[in-house]
Amino acid sequence: MKALHLIVHQVRAEDRAFRRNPTAAFFTFTFPLLFLVLVAGAPDLGGLDGTRFYVPAIATFSVVNACFTAVAMNVALARDHGVLKRVHGTPMPMWTWLVARMVHSTIVAGALVVIVIAVGALLLQVPLPLTGVPVLVVAVILGAACCCALGLAVAGIIPNAAAAPAVVNAIALPLYVVSDVFVQLDAGSPLAAIGSLFPVAHLARLLHVAWTPDLAGFDIVDLLWLVGWGVAGLLLAVRTFRWEPRT
Amino acid sequence: MTHPRSSIADPVIRVRGLRKVYGDVEAVRGIDLDVARGEVFALLGPNGAGKTTTLEILEGYRVRTGGDVSVLGVDPARRDPGFLARIGICLQATGIERYLTVREVLELYAGYYPRPRPVSELLDTVELQDAAGTLVRRLSGGQRRRLDLALALAGDPELLYLDEPTTGFDPEARRGAWDLVRSFRGAGRTVILTTHQMDEAEALADRIGVMVDGRIVALGTAGEIVGGRATGTHIRWRTSRASVDGPMAASEPSTLAGSLVQHEPDGGRSLRTDDPSRALHELTGWAMTQGVVLDDLRVGRATLEDAYLELVAAHGRDVSSDAP
Repeated sequence: MKALHLIVHQVRAEDRAFRRNPTAAFFTFTFPLLFLVLVAGAPDLGGLDGTRFYVPAIATFSVVNACFTAVAMNVALARDHGVLKRVHGTPMPMWTWLVARMVHSTIVAGALVVIVIAVGALLLQVPLPLTGVPVLVVAVILGAACCCALGLAVAGIIPNAAAAPAVVNAIALPLYVVSDVFVQLDAGSPLAAIGSLFPVAHLARLLHVAWTPDLAGFDIVDLLWLVGWGVAGLLLAVRTFRWEPRT
Repeated sequence: MTHPRSSIADPVIRVRGLRKVYGDVEAVRGIDLDVARGEVFALLGPNGAGKTTTLEILEGYRVRTGGDVSVLGVDPARRDPGFLARIGICLQATGIERYLTVREVLELYAGYYPRPRPVSELLDTVELQDAAGTLVRRLSGGQRRRLDLALALAGDPELLYLDEPTTGFDPEARRGAWDLVRSFRGAGRTVILTTHQMDEAEALADRIGVMVDGRIVALGTAGEIVGGRATGTHIRWRTSRASVDGPMAASEPSTLAGSLVQHEPDGGRSLRTDDPSRALHELTGWAMTQGVVLDDLRVGRATLEDAYLELVAAHGRDVSSDAP
């Protein structure tokens, strides 16, 4: 109960700081939406099928960006700036700070998915995923939690905040390519096979399924992949976590 | 060395044989220390002496390699939340959430403690009322440091740790921080601070521990440390540059009244003597006959700085390179 109260207290402060930080707002919100409007409007990708592909794809991108990328970078920054050290000197347990950080990212991811759906429906006439709502909600929450845990694990591996963007992008960008996010891959292609080993492809698949009227292709195994990677991320994070910069 | 008072009744901090090893570097090499309730205690020493490491062990940040430590009756290494709620830590140059205002940061950190001080009171204490609505990223260096202090006070601590609290302050801001420490201890609470500034230790601390190379080499009041070390009268002077060449330099006395003349790194000369009349007589006699001008001639009792420099030199380290 006390821990819950502390987490809510911290999430509120995180949210306030997040809204005021122009870089965070741009990369997390503006970037995916800009991307959606651009790819959907591109002539060779246009047409209903193209936009139908890109709404779930950008929703996936949004979740990964708001959770994996943001958590890894923010935790590395907070560590380098000494925020973690300061928190570590108070009675607030470090895990509540980290959980608050991840809860905030998950809320942002959820909000972004809603915005992406709304923009898709209003500007690009992509139908709302009405029958897919349960799949969508479960996939976004599990996907966000999984990405947060992996972001936390990577934050522990990143040597310092200056190296954070390079490390995080080196991991995330190739995954977008092999996971049906930037481009639609042929089902049997080698890239798709590589992608299927990582959580992003499974999140993307669940979201693509959510837009399919009869939820054809839904596979609970995709959810299990997210859970598995999430647990692995958490276990790794426990081992790699540092509250002070490497000296 | 000046030995610690064998035991202080009701010590807030009690340390016996504290050691800390990083890899093959022994940063703290056996420290005994008692700090009494209501006391302001300063760890004074050159950079790299082990002051911050010692403080961080007492704060619960680091695990010691050896020895016994008790702070507020518990072992800080256990990091008990009840213990952390009773202390306040003001670290060296530490980050604060940049996109929150001063008031919001204070509210955030006050929320971590079971019995926080009211935010308005904290703002008053560090005189940041006018900056309450300012984002942390827009604060000046001095304002940030005052916010650091306010954050350390947010949980209404019984024991306050200050790691080089005024490094980088202008003289006026330093006075302000000193007043703050004095008002805090006025309420019967304990302060332990590190500093490499003699005047800061002298101005604030009831007792000082001089730390050199991982050891406390002197412990006591400023008077006790000076008395136990640097005795006699300290004479300092420098000679005009134009006159320190040619045959005069050769005739410069190497001893006065039987005491050795020290060459200071800045080119000045100094001497410590129990017979100041004779030493001055010889010095001025030499200057008169050689036509040498004695610039900046000073005669005084030995200061804490003299004792400190002597202690640091005696324990085999060159402070001229890392003392400010």
